[in-house]
Amino acid sequence: MTGQAVKPSAPINKQSFGYRLKKDFYRNKFKYLIILPVLIYLAIFCYKPMYGLVIAFKEYRPNLGIAGSPWVGFKQFTNFFKDPYFFRLIRNTFSISLLSLVFCFPAPIILALFINEIRNNVFKRTVQTITYMPYFISMVVACSLVKTYTQQNGLVSQIVMAFGGDAVNWLNKSQYFYPIYILSELWQTVGWNSIIYLAALTGIDQEQYEAARIDGASRMQQLWSITLPNLVPTIMILLILRMGGILNVGFEKIILLYNEGIYDVADVISSYVYRRGIINASYSYGAAIGLFNSAVNIVFLLVSNWISTRYTESGLF
Amino acid sequence: MKRTRYDYIMDTVIAVVMLALCFITLYPMYYVIVASFSNNQALLATPGVLWYPKGFNVGAYTMAFKHPLLMSGYRNILFVLVVSLPINILLTLCCGYFMASKNIMFKGPIVALIMFTMFFNAGMIPNYLNVRSLGLYDSLWALILPGALSVYNSVICKTAIEAVPDSLSESAYIDGANDLIILFRIIFPLIVPTTMVLLLYYGIGHWNGWFNASIYLQDNYKLPIQNVLRAVLIANSNILNAAAAENDKMDQFAETIKYAAIVISTVPVLCIYPFIQKYFVKGVMIGAVKG
Repeated sequence: MTGQAVKPSAPINKQSFGYRLKKDFYRNKFKYLIILPVLIYLAIFCYKPMYGLVIAFKEYRPNLGIAGSPWVGFKQFTNFFKDPYFFRLIRNTFSISLLSLVFCFPAPIILALFINEIRNNVFKRTVQTITYMPYFISMVVACSLVKTYTQQNGLVSQIVMAFGGDAVNWLNKSQYFYPIYILSELWQTVGWNSIIYLAALTGIDQEQYEAARIDGASRMQQLWSITLPNLVPTIMILLILRMGGILNVGFEKIILLYNEGIYDVADVISSYVYRRGIINASYSYGAAIGLFNSAVNIVFLLVSNWISTRYTESGLF
Repeated sequence: MKRTRYDYIMDTVIAVVMLALCFITLYPMYYVIVASFSNNQALLATPGVLWYPKGFNVGAYTMAFKHPLLMSGYRNILFVLVVSLPINILLTLCCGYFMASKNIMFKGPIVALIMFTMFFNAGMIPNYLNVRSLGLYDSLWALILPGALSVYNSVICKTAIEAVPDSLSESAYIDGANDLIILFRIIFPLIVPTTMVLLLYYGIGHWNGWFNASIYLQDNYKLPIQNVLRAVLIANSNILNAAAAENDKMDQFAETIKYAAIVISTVPVLCIYPFIQKYFVKGVMIGAVKG
């Protein structure tokens, strides 16, 4: 304040950097104090591990530390490309990701459209409460339910036997892993993921429906010509986000569900990173695979965003 | 509006599909509850679809509540919650307040530093080595500190703080208050509903989390509840029985105690869920607006 009184002729943008720095610090010192703990946290738990990523280009040995371990260039990456499991991992990751894209992405949209058409409000709220519920059940419990129900004498076998089939340990057979994974994924997330579409549906201008009704449009026609086009921007944004994570199959569920017998279909990149990196302690190798995975994801995100902005004019950035 | 026959058919179809969906969603949970109250032998003898407990008894629950590992799991997760939540909320408020304030010279670069962590994470291995190098291995602090702040939640917090009129903090400045006083005495009371949402997000995250504990903790008696469940239910490990080897009554409930453990670990979340549902939904909306 007094600074301006002493030099009234100096325009604000001509003030020296040092002066502005001092003034900013004087005015905002408490704000910097408030953000300091956050920055310390980020430095220790986000940026320090990012520095730790250099071990992907090294041969990390715990006794030498990150800085002391010898550089090996891209050796870890070329080893991964030559890994006998490389193609299997890529194939499984893509398969699981694409299957869940095909089944788990449209399902919440369909559910939202159904819920939107329910006329009785009590029934509507009940359906919402019930379908959101599995989302709050922990991954461990959800997967243990899957395991319990699919074991040799579990619920699924009992039902299949009632229809004349055989009792099997379903999770030990490669061919059943994807259906089990996708169905349980649907059970866990379909309700929760429909929330965002329901929000978009309530935002649609009701006059459009009135006009359509006056013109004699049936409910199906209203759905096709008003509701769905209005949902497209939301769908596109979520689809871009989804595409960005196409190589990001969550390892938690895989680790909880798979067993050695079905590695041929169930082992994905992230679970392999976990097994090699943490269980076998090949830290550099695991870090390199993880870095490769992130890089591919970023490329996918950018490409799908580019496609979306080009064709639908709705993108993330 | 006049309703045609076509409308009635459509409403019926919708109602039937929705009822079927609700049944499919609820039955797996219902089965667990019913099985947990059943008699162990009866359950093993005739597995299959259950509608009511077979040979009703609460033995599995009495066993579970006496069990050393399940109880230490409960204690550990409560410790994690009690210590983490205040840290989580404090850091989130600080981060949100900074991101919502204006006229700060270095706001751009600092916010960029914060947001960057949302899009790029070092990954499993570097994080693991980091925690080890900090000496947090085999300590419950390894579950508390690494996830102390979620940038996503700070963005929700920032949105709430931005909705508070600037005139409130301006008049407080004129009265001589500093940012700390403004944040905790003026802003915080006004965004309590959002803070509740954040508390729930963090709380559910801690309660349901298991992966960090599985790689950072060695001692079975330090494991939180989800990891005890995992050991029992998924890995089929017999740590439950081993820990209670002297107690041969355990065998008698081998199967039903699993279901009882699921119920005990899930009920706290599902009990508060109907009351907090609208807050969660609100949280999703705020997140969506940002996207």
